[in-house]
Amino acid sequence: METSALDGVRFLPASDQSLMVYFGERITLAAHERVVRFLRLLLRRPIDGVRNLHPAYCSVLVKFDALRWTHSELEVKLRESLSRLESVSVAAPREVTIPVCYEAEFAPDLPDVCSLLGLTSAQVIERHCSLTYLVYFLGFLPGFAYLGPLEGGCDLRPEKAAEGNPAPPAQEVLPAALNVPRLATPRRSVPAGSVGIAGGQTGVYPFATPGGWRLIGRTPMKMFREENGTSALSIGDHVRFVAIPRERFADWERK
Amino acid sequence: MSVIRVLEPGLFSTVQDLGREGFGALGVSPSGAADAVSLRIGNLLLGNTEGAPGLEMTLVGGAFVFPEGATIALAGSDFGAALDGIPVEMWTAVEARPGQTLRLGATRSGARCYLCVRGGIAVKLFLGSASTHVLSGLGGFEGRALRKGDQLPVGGEDSRHRTGESRHSGAPVPGKARRLSTRGRNLVAARSVLRATAGPQSEWFDEAALRDFYAGRYRVTEASNRLGLRLEGAPAAARGGAQMISEGVSLGAVQVPEAGQPIILFVEQQTTGGYPKIANVIAADFQCLGQLRPRDEVRFALVTWETARELLHEQETVLGSKELLFV
Repeated sequence: METSALDGVRFLPASDQSLMVYFGERITLAAHERVVRFLRLLLRRPIDGVRNLHPAYCSVLVKFDALRWTHSELEVKLRESLSRLESVSVAAPREVTIPVCYEAEFAPDLPDVCSLLGLTSAQVIERHCSLTYLVYFLGFLPGFAYLGPLEGGCDLRPEKAAEGNPAPPAQEVLPAALNVPRLATPRRSVPAGSVGIAGGQTGVYPFATPGGWRLIGRTPMKMFREENGTSALSIGDHVRFVAIPRERFADWERK
Repeated sequence: MSVIRVLEPGLFSTVQDLGREGFGALGVSPSGAADAVSLRIGNLLLGNTEGAPGLEMTLVGGAFVFPEGATIALAGSDFGAALDGIPVEMWTAVEARPGQTLRLGATRSGARCYLCVRGGIAVKLFLGSASTHVLSGLGGFEGRALRKGDQLPVGGEDSRHRTGESRHSGAPVPGKARRLSTRGRNLVAARSVLRATAGPQSEWFDEAALRDFYAGRYRVTEASNRLGLRLEGAPAAARGGAQMISEGVSLGAVQVPEAGQPIILFVEQQTTGGYPKIANVIAADFQCLGQLRPRDEVRFALVTWETARELLHEQETVLGSKELLFV
C-alpha cells in the first residue's frame, strides 16, 4: 500500500485561535522529520493569517487569526500544504559542538552526581561527551533545545516538574548509567550556559532561570543571541558536548 | 527626545506592546500586554497606533516625572493616579506640563494599569517588539522591570507610533480631553466568569472531573504572574495512566498538573509544555486574565468555537468603531 504524507496526521483544535497538527502519537525520528519538513514548508510559503508555529516532538501548534480562519478552513489549507511535504528539501543536519567546562567552579553538583552513580568525575564527563544528541525542537524558553537520542524513538516517562519550577517535562535521553534525580529543591537561579542532567535528560540553560537539574558544567557559548534574535541550536541539529579546560572558557568569554 | 523619569517604579512595571508573534520555533513566547485591550484603548485615546509601547504597572503604581511634558492616558485598572496632587481621570487623554509628577498608588480595581504616552515609549525593539520578557531578560527596557532613576525615551511627533491624525476624530484638541465611551467601558468591565473552549486533552478528564471544573470556583493564588495564573480550588485531575508528550501550548491554555490545581498559561508563557490541558480561555477574555489579582475568584464557562469567534468579532468591532471614543 502506498503511504502518503497525510497518513497518521491528526488535526485538533487547541484554542479558538490555534490548531494542533500531530504527526504521530510517539516520539520517533519519522515524526520528527515530518515536523521539520512541515515547519520548513510553512516558513517558505507562509499562509496569510497564520501568526505563529510551535513545533514539538511530534506535533506543531499553528496559531492563527481567528477572524480570518475557522479551524476547518485552516485544516483544508494545511492539508493542501501537507500534500507537498515529501517534496520539501531538507538540508543535511548541522553538526554542532558545544564546548563545556566541567571544572569544579562550573559543576557544583558533579561530586553528588559521582556519588549517586558510583562513577568518577572523569567517567561522568566521558559518558556525557560520548553521545550525539538530536535537537528535537526549541521550546520552553528562547534557545532551549529539547535534546533526544539519535537512535530510533525513545521511551517516555510520566512528566513531573518540581513545585514552583516550570521545568521542561521529561523525555529520557541519557543512558541509565547517567540517570540521576532532580534536585529536591530547585535553585532559585542557575547561571546562563549551565549544563545540567536529571531524570534522564540533559540540556543547556540559555538564561539565568530557576532550575532543578544537577549542574555538571557550563558552556561559554551563547545559546541565544539577543543582538539578532538567533539561537545557537536549531531544530534537527546534531549536538555533541566537548570538554574544555577553564583557560579556554575564559578565552571564549573574552571574545 | 523627551523622556519619562522614574521616581518610583511601583511594584512591578514593564514596557509592553502587543507582543512578538511568530518566533515560537525559537522558543520565544509572544509576551506583550497582559490586558491588551486596555493598552490599545490607551493608545487610541492619544492618536497613537494601537500597539504603541506603554508602561504596564502591576497592583501598585509608581511615580513618574515628565521633564519636557507629555500627553498621557491611563487605561486598565484605577490606581488612584494624581498629577501634582490633582486626581487624573482614567481613560482620558491628559496633558502633563513640563516638570509635573504623576503619582499612582495601590489598585482600586483590577491587577494592571497602563500608562500610555503620545508617541509611545521608544525602546529598542527585540524581534520586532518592545515587549519585556522578564524570565529571559529580553526586550522592553533593558529586559527588566523598571527601577528608580530609569529614564524612558518617548517617541516624538515623527514616531512610528503616531498615526499623524487620530483614527477617530482628529488630533486631540488641547483643553478638550478625549474619553472612552460607555460602549468602550462595557468592553473593559471586569468579569469573573472566564469563557473557555474545550482543551486539546479534555478527553483525558472523566465526566466528573469536567463537571467539577466547570462548576467549581477557583481562587487566583499569590504565585501567579505573567507566565501563568495558578489557581486553587476543586481538583480536576486527568485520568491516570496516559503519557503526555510535550507539545506547543496556546495562550490561555488551562493545564492541569497531577495534583489537579489548574494553571492558566499567560503572556510570558513557555512555548511548549507537557501537562494535559482541560480547557482554553477564549481570546475575547484574555483581557480579563490580565486584570485578575491574587485571591480573586473565577469560574469557567464552556462555549462553542462559534461563540468564541463571535465574541472576538464583537470585541474587535467595538475597538474599531467610531463610537469607542468621544471628544
